[in-house]
Amino acid sequence: MAMKTTSAPTPDNTAAPAQDWTGSEIVLKALVEQGVDVIFGYPGGAVLPIYDALFQQNSIRHILVRQEGGAVHAAEGYARSTGKVGVVLVTSGPGATNAVTGLVDALMDSIPIVCLTGQVPTHLIGNDAFQEADTTGITRPCTKHNYLVKDITKLATTVHEAFHVARSGRPGPVVIDLPKDILVGRSPVYASPTGTARRSYNPRTEPDPRRIEEALDLMMKAKRPLFYGGGGIINSGPKASELYTQLVRATGFPSTLTLMGLGALPAADPLFLGMVGMHGTWESNHAMHDCDLMIAVGSRFDDRVTGKLTAFSPGSKKIHIDIDPSSINKNVRVDVPVVGDCGKVLAALLAGWKQRKAKADGKALAEWWKQIEQWRARDCLRYEKSDKIIKPQYALERLYALTKEREDVFITTEVGQHQMWAAQFYKFQKPNHWMTSGGLGTMGYGLPAAMGVQIAHPDALVIDVAGEASILMNIQELSTICQYRLPVKAFILNNQYMGMVRQWQELLHGGRYSESYMDSLPDFVKLAEAFHCVGLRATKPSEVDDVIKEMIKVKKPVVVDMVVDQAENCFPMIPSGAAHNEMLLGPADKQPKPAPKKPGGGPISEEGMVLV
Amino acid sequence: MSAAASRGSKPSKAKEAIVSTVERHTIAVLVDNEPGILARVVGLFSGRGYNIESLTVSETDAREHLSRITIVTRGTPMIIEQIKAQLDRLVPVHKVNDLTVGGPHVERELALIKVRGTGEKRVESLRIADIFRARAIDSTIDSFIFEMTGSLDKIDAFIKLMEPLGLIEVSRTGVVAIARGNQGL
Repeated sequence: MAMKTTSAPTPDNTAAPAQDWTGSEIVLKALVEQGVDVIFGYPGGAVLPIYDALFQQNSIRHILVRQEGGAVHAAEGYARSTGKVGVVLVTSGPGATNAVTGLVDALMDSIPIVCLTGQVPTHLIGNDAFQEADTTGITRPCTKHNYLVKDITKLATTVHEAFHVARSGRPGPVVIDLPKDILVGRSPVYASPTGTARRSYNPRTEPDPRRIEEALDLMMKAKRPLFYGGGGIINSGPKASELYTQLVRATGFPSTLTLMGLGALPAADPLFLGMVGMHGTWESNHAMHDCDLMIAVGSRFDDRVTGKLTAFSPGSKKIHIDIDPSSINKNVRVDVPVVGDCGKVLAALLAGWKQRKAKADGKALAEWWKQIEQWRARDCLRYEKSDKIIKPQYALERLYALTKEREDVFITTEVGQHQMWAAQFYKFQKPNHWMTSGGLGTMGYGLPAAMGVQIAHPDALVIDVAGEASILMNIQELSTICQYRLPVKAFILNNQYMGMVRQWQELLHGGRYSESYMDSLPDFVKLAEAFHCVGLRATKPSEVDDVIKEMIKVKKPVVVDMVVDQAENCFPMIPSGAAHNEMLLGPADKQPKPAPKKPGGGPISEEGMVLV
Repeated sequence: MSAAASRGSKPSKAKEAIVSTVERHTIAVLVDNEPGILARVVGLFSGRGYNIESLTVSETDAREHLSRITIVTRGTPMIIEQIKAQLDRLVPVHKVNDLTVGGPHVERELALIKVRGTGEKRVESLRIADIFRARAIDSTIDSFIFEMTGSLDKIDAFIKLMEPLGLIEVSRTGVVAIARGNQGL
C-alpha cells in the first residue's frame, strides 16, 4: 500500500498507549473531521460496531432508510443539493449489493459519495462466510475508487483519502470495505486529514493558458456560436454557474443546457434555448446542428445529447471544457480540448474576453439569433390542452406557476416521461435545485433523493416529480420520510403505464404494449395514509391548482396522485439513430411533418431500432 | 523492435483517419503495487471492450512499492487515446506512457519452448536454436526446453520452425518494453 501516513504506526503494543481507539471510533472521528453531519444507512451484523459507536456520540446524525438502495440515492440528493460529500453506511453482503445501483448512478452523474460497507472479519474473507460478498470486486467498476482496509493503522488515512478522491477532480462514489475485526480492533494510530494526499492522484484543475487563448480566438471569429453546458458546471460549485452566466451574457451567445446542467444558467434568461438532446427543444437541437462553434462546458457528448454521431453538428468547431481528460474526444472529436475545473476555465475565459475587449461578430450573431428566433417560434413544447383530462404537461406547468415565487424549491425526479416533462416545463433559475438520474436512468431515484435533499434543507419545499411505476421501486422510503417527519412531496403523474416504455412501443414496436401497463396499482391516497402521509388526488384539470396548493400548504409529507392522460407522449423527440434536425414534434404542432423513412414505416430507421 | 511503431500510421488529426486505421500500441503504466490494481486495469479493458494483446506486470521498485505494467493493445487512434486517458484516471496509476508514440523503444519477450523428437529432428531443432540464439535449459533423451528472448516476430518465427520438429508446449511472458535513450519513465 502506498498511502502516506503522517503519524508513524507504533508496532509496540506491550506498553499501554496513552490513548487508543476502536476501529469504529476511528471511522467516526475521521468522518467528523471531514465535516460529516449526516449519514444514511441500514445496520447489519458486520457494521454493528459502528452502530454501537454511533449510539454513543452526538456529532453525526444517522438516517435509517428502509433499503440500502434508498440510502445511496438519499446521499446523492444530499450531495447534489449541498455540494458536500454524501455518506452511506451499509452492512456486508446484501447491504453492499443493494447499494450497487446507487453507486453506479453516482458514478455516471459524478456525485461525490463515500459508502462505508461492513465486511466479514479478515480471517473469513474468501470463505463464503455468512453475508460475505466480494464487495471491492463487485464495486470496482461501480466506483471511482474503492478500498478494503486490512490494517487498522491505515484506517484513518484511508477514510480521509476516500473523501479527497470522492470530492476532487471529477467527483464520484468511493467505497470503503471495513472488516469487522478492524472495526472492533484497537489502535493508538489516528491521522488527521492533512498530509494524506496521494502521489498518484492529482487531477488537473488549472487550464492550460494556451488553450484558453485558442478558445478565445475561435469565440471571437464565430458566426453561429453556441454554449452547451452540462452537469460539470453544477459540480464545480455555484460560483461556476455564476461565471457561466456571466460569460454567456458577456458574449451574447445562445446557450443550451443538458439534463444535468439545468440551473447553470437561469431558465428565464433570453439567451437560454432550453434543454438539448433527445427530448430537448426544437431551437436547442437545431442550433446544435447548425452552429459553427460549439463551446461544451462540463458536458460529455452523451448519446442522449448527440443522437446520430455521424450527423452530429457537422459544420462546427468544438471547444470542450472538462475536468476529466477521458471525456474529451470520447464520442466526438473536438478542436480545442481544455482540461480543467469548469469554474477555473470559465473564470479564465471571462477574464480573457474582457481583457481582449472582445466583441462577437455582431452582424453574424444577429443573423444567427434571427434564425434561432424562427426555431423558437415553432413553440415546440406546445401540447393539446384539455378541460376534461389532465395533461401531464399542464400539471407541471401549474406546479411551476404555483411554486416559482419561492426561492427554496428543490425538484427531484424518477425516470421516464415525467422526468423529461419536468426538465422541459419546470424552469430552473439556480444550480443545485434539480436532482435527477441522468446517466444511469435509475427508476426509484427520486423519492429517496428528495428525502436526502429535505434532510439537508429542512424548511425547503422538496418535490419528487414521479411516475407511478418508478415511485413503486422505492416506495418503502415513505416510512423513512414519516419517521423523520420530512415534509417531502411526491407528485405522481399517474398514467398507469410505464410511460416512456409505452411511448417507445408505440413508435417502434407497432403499438404492442408488451408488459408496460400496470394493473392493480395501489390506491396512492390510501397508501399515503398507510405511511402516515397526506394523500391527495386530482382527476380533472379544474382540481389541479387546488391539489397543488394544498400539497404546498400541508406541513407534512404528501403523496399526490395526479391522474393524467394515459396516451400522452413526450415531444419533441429525436428518434434513436436520427440527427438533431430530424426531430419529431407532437400532435399540437400543425406544420407539415417529414415523410417516414421507409414506406409504411414509422419515424425510426432500422439502425435506430438497435439503439437504446 | 520498433516494428509496432512503423506499422501504425502517423498520428494524424484528420477525421477520416480516425474511423479506419487500427494501430498497435505498447503502453507502459507505472502503478502503486497494491491489492486489486491488476484487476482494475484488466477490468477497465474488458468493461470498455478494449483489446489486450499482451500484458505483463511485476514490481519494479520495491522501496516505493511501484509496479510496472506493460500492455500491448490495438485500436483506432481515438480508442488508444481513450485507453490512455482511462488508465490515467485510475487512482493508483502514477504514469501512463505510450511507448509507440514516445519515440524509439525496445520490446522483448521471453519464451520457454518444449520440443520432443529423436534422431535428425532432434539435431535439427538444436541447430535452429543455435541460429536463433535460444538456449537449451533442460534436456531428456528425447526432448529439449529452449529459452529464448527476443522480439515477438523472432519468437513467432522460431516457434513456427519448431512445429514440424516436435513442438509440445510454449510458455511466453508477454512483451516488456522500455524507451531508448537516457531518460526514464
